[in-house]
Amino acid sequence: MEKRVVFHGKLLPFLLLAPQLLVTLIFFYLPAGQAVWQSFLVQDAFGLSTEFVWFENYQILFAKGEYYRTMLTTAIFSSLVAFFSLSIALLFAVQADKHIKFATGYKTLLIWPYAVAPAIAGVLWLFMFQPSLGLVSQAIRAAGFEWNPLLDQNHAMALVVMAATWKQISYNFLFFLAGLQAIPKSVIEAAAIDGATPMRRFWTIIFPLLSPTTFFLLVVNIVYVFFDTFGIIDAATQGGPAKGTETLVYKVFSDGKSGGDLGGSAAQSVVLMVIVIALTAIQFRYVERKVQY
Amino acid sequence: MSDVRLDAVRKVYPGGVEAVKGVSLEIADGQFCVLVGPSGCGKSTLLRMVAGLETISGGTCAIDGKVVNEIEPAERDIAMVFQNYALYPHMSVYDNMAYGLRNRGTPKDEIDARVKEAARILEVEPFLARKPKALSGGQRQRVAMGRAIVRKPKVFLFDEPLSNLDAKLRIQMRVEIKKLQRALKTTSIYVTHDQLEAMTLADQLVVMNKGQVEQAGAPLDLYEKPQTIFVAGFIGAPPMNLVTVPEAGLPGLTLIERPAGPVVLGIRPEHLHEQPMGPDTLTVEIVVSAVEAVGAETYLYGALHGHGPELIVRVPGRATHAPGQRIRACAEASQLHFFNPQTGRRID
Repeated sequence: MEKRVVFHGKLLPFLLLAPQLLVTLIFFYLPAGQAVWQSFLVQDAFGLSTEFVWFENYQILFAKGEYYRTMLTTAIFSSLVAFFSLSIALLFAVQADKHIKFATGYKTLLIWPYAVAPAIAGVLWLFMFQPSLGLVSQAIRAAGFEWNPLLDQNHAMALVVMAATWKQISYNFLFFLAGLQAIPKSVIEAAAIDGATPMRRFWTIIFPLLSPTTFFLLVVNIVYVFFDTFGIIDAATQGGPAKGTETLVYKVFSDGKSGGDLGGSAAQSVVLMVIVIALTAIQFRYVERKVQY
Repeated sequence: MSDVRLDAVRKVYPGGVEAVKGVSLEIADGQFCVLVGPSGCGKSTLLRMVAGLETISGGTCAIDGKVVNEIEPAERDIAMVFQNYALYPHMSVYDNMAYGLRNRGTPKDEIDARVKEAARILEVEPFLARKPKALSGGQRQRVAMGRAIVRKPKVFLFDEPLSNLDAKLRIQMRVEIKKLQRALKTTSIYVTHDQLEAMTLADQLVVMNKGQVEQAGAPLDLYEKPQTIFVAGFIGAPPMNLVTVPEAGLPGLTLIERPAGPVVLGIRPEHLHEQPMGPDTLTVEIVVSAVEAVGAETYLYGALHGHGPELIVRVPGRATHAPGQRIRACAEASQLHFFNPQTGRRID
């Protein structure tokens, strides 16, 4: 029998929920509502007059080629980060799942980057790869490769991908490790007796059994790359050079703050909001069902 | 043709715990060998060493005359049935059974024939397309067995395969495993903590305790002539009565013939009877404290002479005894077992 606490009267439950509801309302629903409202407005450059324009901001946004370019940049950036952070984290987790010496220390070190703030991570990688002074840059140059993320868009992209990947590996690692440890040891042993080589064991047993974790992480990683990498990009490249690393979320910031186009920027953030809602819906709908065995 | 021979096999875990302390065993071709013992006695470790899932710290394990200590599990030509079945949850029943054959590069039509044959024998044909989670415990157990038999291995290893099933299914599967093993004539090693399962399945019964073999032999030999106090207490349900009798004897207990010095006297509940039957050597007086009627028989629990060691007496059919009643029970000389209280070994 399930035991349930029954509250007589309605005041106490409401009081208990109130703090969380307030936080959600003030910090999530209110700004979201404001963004939607603002996306229908156009303000003059001095903020003196405001006009309600319905969907004009959106029409302008989707009429311009540069928004699609930013979408492409975001797509490239997020697939690279998701692919590398997932595969590297999986590799690390498989290693950590084996009985190795200093396993605890190994795991702790792997988890550290997650505690680093995005902007600091960006600065860290910026310093390491700064063309003239960076330690890594000097090594790369010494090897005869002309490395310059300040001028070359591909180099800049590589830099922010590395920084964003590095930061996300910890998170993925933790989930993969937990996922691996949830696979019964006897299933792996049965496969070993069934004559599967370690490689085959991984691809035919472990990887399919991890698929719910992998799918969950894929969605979480995409959300991460879409939004939380703002700090990294701002600190490392500021979307440059020549907007080569400008992602959707960074464009919201640069158009709104530097460009002064509040309505257009709000419209962009509403588009982002729709994307994240869609991703969350996919996750809720499928993570429990489709990807299970 | 494949026998298993263990020679002074030891398992020492890092940290110095010795789980298996030198076990030597010979399992003949086609024999059904059951390892039984309390949890932590090393029986599962021993089985896993034969499987190759644990390294062997000392001694040798040979399958079919070939030492396999350094050989991978896959190369040992064994199949194992796990306690939790260890089915591949993302594969259908068919794929579960075919997996081992595919890994070995068996031709497709042969895989198909073998899987269907195994499915027929184990009566899982209707479920071949299902995933394990859509099966009941008993059906999963059959699939796990099927996965073992399709490979036609030299040795079957069973690690407590029935302990996750309910009592009724357990008895049914026990009989089926026995029949299957008889039909296939495959050498088998079976680990269990259930002495009844052990008694009914084994050709050779091996009782283990604290990492060592206490006694190995035919099940009824172990029942009739336990070589140690541990085996005497472990084999048989309810367990054998074991009473330490000092040189001077015990009040309420009369022994006509006995070895000299203090001994541990063993007498099974089923060998104590209320009516004297000819030349009884042992007579005990018991004050009944509890009565357990199980239908075909009744067990009387009581203390010797009212406050001595606890004894169990089996009475056939229904009994009219009541707690507090004083009874007298006797046993013949041939049913008595004597053990040395120091060494724990049998005195003949």
